[in-house]
Amino acid sequence: MTASLVVFFVLAALAVIGAVSLILQKHPIHSALSLIVVMVALAGLYLLMGAEFVAAVQIIVYGGAIMVLFVFVIMLLNAGVEEHTSISKMAGAPGLLLVVALAGFVAATIARSAESVQTASQSGVMSSTKDISNMIFKDFVYPFELTSFLILVAILGATVLAQREKN
Amino acid sequence: MNSFLAANAELLITIVKIALLLFVVLTVNAYLTWFERKVVAHMQSRWGPHRVGPHGLLQPLADGVKFLFKEDPTPAGVDKFVYFLAPLLALALALTSIALIPFGPDPIRFFGHDIYLGIAPPDVNIGILALFAVTALGVYGVALAGWSSNSKYPLLGGLRSSAQMISYELALTMSVVGVLLMAGSFNLKKIIEAQAHHPEWGILGWNVWPQILGFFCFFVAAIAETNRVPFDLPEAESELVAGFHTEYASFKFAMFFIAEYTSMITVSCLCSIMFFGGWLSPFPASWTFTHYLPSAILIPFGLWVIWDGIRYETIFGRIILPGVGTVIAALGAVFVVLPGVNEFIQGPFWLVSKILVFLFVYVWMRGTLPRFRYDQLMSFGWKLLLPVSIVNVILTSFVILARMQWGGK
Repeated sequence: MTASLVVFFVLAALAVIGAVSLILQKHPIHSALSLIVVMVALAGLYLLMGAEFVAAVQIIVYGGAIMVLFVFVIMLLNAGVEEHTSISKMAGAPGLLLVVALAGFVAATIARSAESVQTASQSGVMSSTKDISNMIFKDFVYPFELTSFLILVAILGATVLAQREKN
Repeated sequence: MNSFLAANAELLITIVKIALLLFVVLTVNAYLTWFERKVVAHMQSRWGPHRVGPHGLLQPLADGVKFLFKEDPTPAGVDKFVYFLAPLLALALALTSIALIPFGPDPIRFFGHDIYLGIAPPDVNIGILALFAVTALGVYGVALAGWSSNSKYPLLGGLRSSAQMISYELALTMSVVGVLLMAGSFNLKKIIEAQAHHPEWGILGWNVWPQILGFFCFFVAAIAETNRVPFDLPEAESELVAGFHTEYASFKFAMFFIAEYTSMITVSCLCSIMFFGGWLSPFPASWTFTHYLPSAILIPFGLWVIWDGIRYETIFGRIILPGVGTVIAALGAVFVVLPGVNEFIQGPFWLVSKILVFLFVYVWMRGTLPRFRYDQLMSFGWKLLLPVSIVNVILTSFVILARMQWGGK
């Protein structure tokens, strides 16, 4: 058992525990904190695969910016302990079925492509920042620009919605 | 035992380096509080701390002991887990960020191992990004402390802090893009080396001249990120009692304090590395006589401390100060006598000098500027800093592109 494998299992366990805790926690802030643990553990996994840039961006964007916004909003609304209605309790039954189905699906996929997963983690393609920027700004420049345009539209929409109505 | 040492040499060296850096950073932190109080006091025509030890030099020690032995009550109604997590998070992340900083260009050869100054290996490709990742998480310490205290003033402090960090992190990240474009790398070592393209230019080759806009944005945003005056709204004592750490006492409060001062040091390191040439000397490379500058500063300073010490009013001071002065002067003498050592300390000497200048600027601003109002803070961040840093990125890209097109590079 190599050191990187140990690190992998520690990070994977952290991510899974964080994800489970995200659902089970009663308070929104605790759920948000669990989500941060998941994000950081995922970043560690990316780092383990040699994708340094993606790992750093994962923490900066998801762990930092987006989750800070989540925590900020939860604090601002002073959200309390979440309530359980009868419908949300009933939702557990189909949810459990879905969990089993999803787990089976993921397990089947892993079992079918076990070898390719292993090689992908070792070859370390697309690791350097240069490769990634070449891909974004040369090969996929039009989809990329389209996405940024979409985000711009969303920002404008948010500004319009947030604006107070003029009398 | 020997084979174990040989097999895990890298690991052991790293652990020793971590312990050493921790000791140095915490000591510097302690004396930074002394330095800040002393400088601000002199700016306000006061003496500052001068009772504990000669010139108040043992004041940090007394403060540390006080922090350790104070009662540490946990207020009723706090969210226990998060309440204890917040100071830990703040301190751990602040200390992690300083581990990513390289402190000198040359390794020490030690039993066949190259030991670099600084914990992270110098070839970390995402150096600056990793640093930003750690600082991006730093906001949780403050925000969660404010929320978990279950009290209105800390909550307001935590809210202000998260809003402030979201607003200024954009400008902070955008402002360094110009530097990264010029260096072509995220690696902190390469960023410094890119500023030494013309060894004869010395100070004129530093990034601060072409990136003056970037430096302005970076420095202002970094002060906001560290919650220092004039951006200390999260702990504005005239409005929010003590802001986010109102409900913290004893060593948990000290942890926030140490975290804040450690981030000040990190920001000073980053400013020196990215805009002021890091460990590069401000003089042209051919002026080799400037290599004696560390000695030329240390020896007179040591002698002055001795001279000041023998006239000191207390007997304790008359023993301590001349002793400290002798050590400083002897250090300067060692650098003159041993040329190898002198060459080695050039890089760290300049980096440390620049860091000290920035720390002084921090304190200077605290002694000079009043606090921003909240709406001023927001409009300053969004309407001035962010546009200016974006303009800086566009300008820098165009200049680099033009030089690639017509400059023959």
